Amino acid sequence: MTLAREAPAAPPAPMPDEKPILVADEVGLVYGGNVTALAGVNLTVPQGRLTSLLGPSGCGKTTLLKIIAGLIEPTTGDVTVRGEPVRGPGPDRALVFQDFALLPWATVLDNVGYGLRVRGVPRQERDQVARHYIEEVGLAGFEARYPHELSGGMRQRAGLARALAVRSDILLMDEPFSAVDEQMRRKLQEDLLELLRVEQKTVIFVTHSIEEAVYLSDQVIILTQRPGRVSTIVRPDIDRSGNVDEIRRTPRYMELVDEIWAGLRQYVE
Amino acid sequence: MTLSASARPRNAFSRAAARITARSPFFSLIVWAALWELVGQLGLIDLIPPLSAVLVAVGELFERGSFWEALALTAKTFGLGLLLAIVVGIPIGLLMGLRKRADQLLSMWVNLFLSAPLTAVVPALMPILGIGEATVVATVFLFAVWVVILDTQAGVLHVSRSLVEMGRVFGAPGPFILWTIVIPAAMPEIMTGIRLAVIRAIKGVIVGQIIIALIGFGGLFDTYLSMFLMERFWALIIVVFVLSFTLIGLVGALEKRIAFYAGTR
Repeated sequence: MTLAREAPAAPPAPMPDEKPILVADEVGLVYGGNVTALAGVNLTVPQGRLTSLLGPSGCGKTTLLKIIAGLIEPTTGDVTVRGEPVRGPGPDRALVFQDFALLPWATVLDNVGYGLRVRGVPRQERDQVARHYIEEVGLAGFEARYPHELSGGMRQRAGLARALAVRSDILLMDEPFSAVDEQMRRKLQEDLLELLRVEQKTVIFVTHSIEEAVYLSDQVIILTQRPGRVSTIVRPDIDRSGNVDEIRRTPRYMELVDEIWAGLRQYVE
Repeated sequence: MTLSASARPRNAFSRAAARITARSPFFSLIVWAALWELVGQLGLIDLIPPLSAVLVAVGELFERGSFWEALALTAKTFGLGLLLAIVVGIPIGLLMGLRKRADQLLSMWVNLFLSAPLTAVVPALMPILGIGEATVVATVFLFAVWVVILDTQAGVLHVSRSLVEMGRVFGAPGPFILWTIVIPAAMPEIMTGIRLAVIRAIKGVIVGQIIIALIGFGGLFDTYLSMFLMERFWALIIVVFVLSFTLIGLVGALEKRIAFYAGTR
């Protein structure tokens, strides 16, 4: 409640250069006839920007992401991508999994090329594309390794390369860095920002970390618990043109982290 | 120092004995073999000839044509029955793992037959399939198929949810997910099922032959027992035991390899 009052502009004015690429309209989900996981979620995702879904555990943020991915069908409302309703998974969206979801019996190269294999891309071309993205995420030299030979951070780099390899416009990331240790998480966050300067992607990023959301996002959508619904939308407006490690020192970053925490605190207590 | 010095065996004999004790399977083998030899030499039980005589009979067995014929027939019926159990069992297990309706329909029967005393069914097979190889193949199949079904189903049920979601997100159709994700991920359990099926198939092939009592090792057992050729009888038992242990060991090693390649954790 405090947050809604203190937030600078809710709903925020759209940025002049942005077009919405994905819209959720009154999305609701009821489990087994009586458990309401999501109720009337409305959100707009601007093209080429990173939007986070932030909220306490159990707020349905991963469920919402899976609805956007087309893995779960909402009970009410719908999600549209460029005006087209989502009817299932599609080539315009790729997902990065919290638990990496790498095939343990396949090498990094084969894992990264899996999405292309599904699409019937011939072996040679598939490997070429996979190698390109393996290098881009900083895994060059590990093409022939198996997932169990890699650290958590490296596994998620492979998961990211696999999602990039299918060249979807929208990248969905489900708490991608929550299963790695703190130092590695920071490095992965910095590398993601660097990567997004090269790859023009729209990213929807699920996280429970306020710092992570503020650090990475152009737009933070805060969800509340039971049933999950949008409570606030925040535009961090942090200048990210400089060095990625300077972002955490800007006054705006620290201010926003405090502000969002003040709003979310009530759900923890 | 004094303690460890006094604990060390003094002479060569006790040191050798200690080494054998350390490798307990050999120790156990030697003790029981010695006991067998003793009982045989003393003639305490008519049915048990000395182990040494049995070992000589093992050698003689390999020179007998009837042994090799029986072995060939056993291998053939065993192989066919097991293959049939795997080829039929895996698809049924996959279906039961993937479709709740199939599980509801079949689960009870699979579990019933898994623990049922199937030996009792073999005589009923004879009028249908005849007193010959077909009945033995059917017995092997009936002994082996249930555990393949159940373990394949367990494997499918343990496939990580997110791996399947990964396949779906990239637009993979159902059969493609089955072939590239579900089956490889269920492979460790399927292999466990196959290993247990091999053990059951061995029982099946011997039980089937013994009940028919005319062909294969069953025929030989019957002949040796009725003619009271106890050395040959025990020799055949030892050979059958060694063969089955070797086979089970080989399948076990294969299973470990596959579990290693499919291991996430």
